[in-house]
Amino acid sequence: MAVQTAASAAPAPTAGPGPAVDLGPAVALSCRECGARAPLGPSFACTECFGPLEVAYDLPGGDPEELRRRIESGPTSIWRYAPLLPVPADAASHPGLHPGWTRLVRADNLAAELGITGGLHVKDDSGNPTHSFKDRVVAIAVEAARTFGFTTLSCSSTGNLAGAVGAAAARAGLRSCVFIPHDLEAGKVVMAAVYGGELVAIEGSYDDVNRFCSELIGDPAGEGWGFVNVNLRPYYAEGSKTLAYEICEQLGWRIPDQLVVPVASGSQLTKIDKGLRELIALGLVEDRPYRIFAAQATGCSPVAAAYKAGHDVVRPVRPDTIAKSLAIGNPADGPYVLDIARRTGGAVEDVSDAEVVDAIRLLARTEGVFAETAGGVTVGVLRKLLEQGVLDPAAETVVLNTGDGLKTLDAVAGSGPTATIRPTLASFREAGLA
Amino acid sequence: MSVNVRIPTILRTYTGGAAEVTAEGATLAEVVEDLEANHTGIRARLLDDAGKLRRFVNVYVNDDDVRFADGLGTATPDGAGVSIIPAVAGGC
Repeated sequence: MAVQTAASAAPAPTAGPGPAVDLGPAVALSCRECGARAPLGPSFACTECFGPLEVAYDLPGGDPEELRRRIESGPTSIWRYAPLLPVPADAASHPGLHPGWTRLVRADNLAAELGITGGLHVKDDSGNPTHSFKDRVVAIAVEAARTFGFTTLSCSSTGNLAGAVGAAAARAGLRSCVFIPHDLEAGKVVMAAVYGGELVAIEGSYDDVNRFCSELIGDPAGEGWGFVNVNLRPYYAEGSKTLAYEICEQLGWRIPDQLVVPVASGSQLTKIDKGLRELIALGLVEDRPYRIFAAQATGCSPVAAAYKAGHDVVRPVRPDTIAKSLAIGNPADGPYVLDIARRTGGAVEDVSDAEVVDAIRLLARTEGVFAETAGGVTVGVLRKLLEQGVLDPAAETVVLNTGDGLKTLDAVAGSGPTATIRPTLASFREAGLA
Repeated sequence: MSVNVRIPTILRTYTGGAAEVTAEGATLAEVVEDLEANHTGIRARLLDDAGKLRRFVNVYVNDDDVRFADGLGTATPDGAGVSIIPAVAGGC
């Protein structure tokens, strides 16, 4: 089955300093707000209304069985879905981290503890090369950076992304320079620095870092820089679709009834929804209803607050939570999260930092999965929504863990030895361990 | 009240390519009107049909997000810096 390319399906794009644009099935950029189209290039905001640009496709048609077989015989990475992504058809042959195809853990113990009877799985993205889902999105951004001729890879980051960019740039032979807030968890700072790129800590919040990067792009100092989550954002964000693809394929090409997804900017949740709709449109899965639940930490819950108030606009907040990877006070995709939660019959809920820590321990204790704080947020919200009767315990449910608990050790700093004893049996008995 | 306004790349077609321009006004609303007077068309990019800031436009006056202040009514003291930035994001 032939995959139509931009060159055959749309006028030759003009943007971008690099060679002619070949990003597989991607044909243009399209404004989510007003629908205005722009050529494929390193642009992220609509010139008409400032709305976010996203990738428009000419996806492969034809026999779904054939496409399923083609995917199933592909690499055990996100590149098995290359025909559905804005990347060149030969992306898998480029040097990169080849992320994805992470475990979908059947969580029977957790399900039993929470009273779920319809089946529960944890999509455990801590298994990616830099131990968070960010490797997925960065891999797509690297292909875009190559295509547009950028030589420096950059980002604003709450930590996970900085590590993912540093590692991907190292593999791809690109320079990297990443920007983080100055008060991140030590594990994330070390992981961002170890790959040898430049790491700049900014005295301010993530939103301040983000703003700085936006200004840098418009300045000659940022010339030739590909910011994965700013000027490459339309491509980068598409990487999260692969979470939806993998979950469905790993369930035997079936959409689960319910998904619980963390929300910072809201990008991941909106792309998971986009991925599910694409699978339905392509005939790869049965067209059946699904509900998407959004999870935030109470200390940064502008989307949950808007949902509960019945609003369709999100008022920014100043974050104060241990879930730093979700600490985005001004979530660009927040309005779309509200739309999706309402359209699918889901909800948006938040949990306190104490509930996050408790949920991290719960998941570790029941399933042997050590989640970072964002995973504590999703599991905590899963439990809360079950208690509220909002989430159906008889429906098949998937909860996302987007990162590794080793990155946020401080959150569970109270964990330690049950006892410290002398190396003698007597001491063992005295400690009540026999 | 004269302020310095940083212009994002996608609006520089209205400012002849300038990354920074000066404008007059005691509030952000007045600054936008003055920008429109000198750079016709820029207002419609910043404000929707109801005259409100578009939801994907972030505006800062001296480093403060005007959504935390008084929106278009936010005071713009003499010499203030105003930054106009398209909303973007990272995280999940």
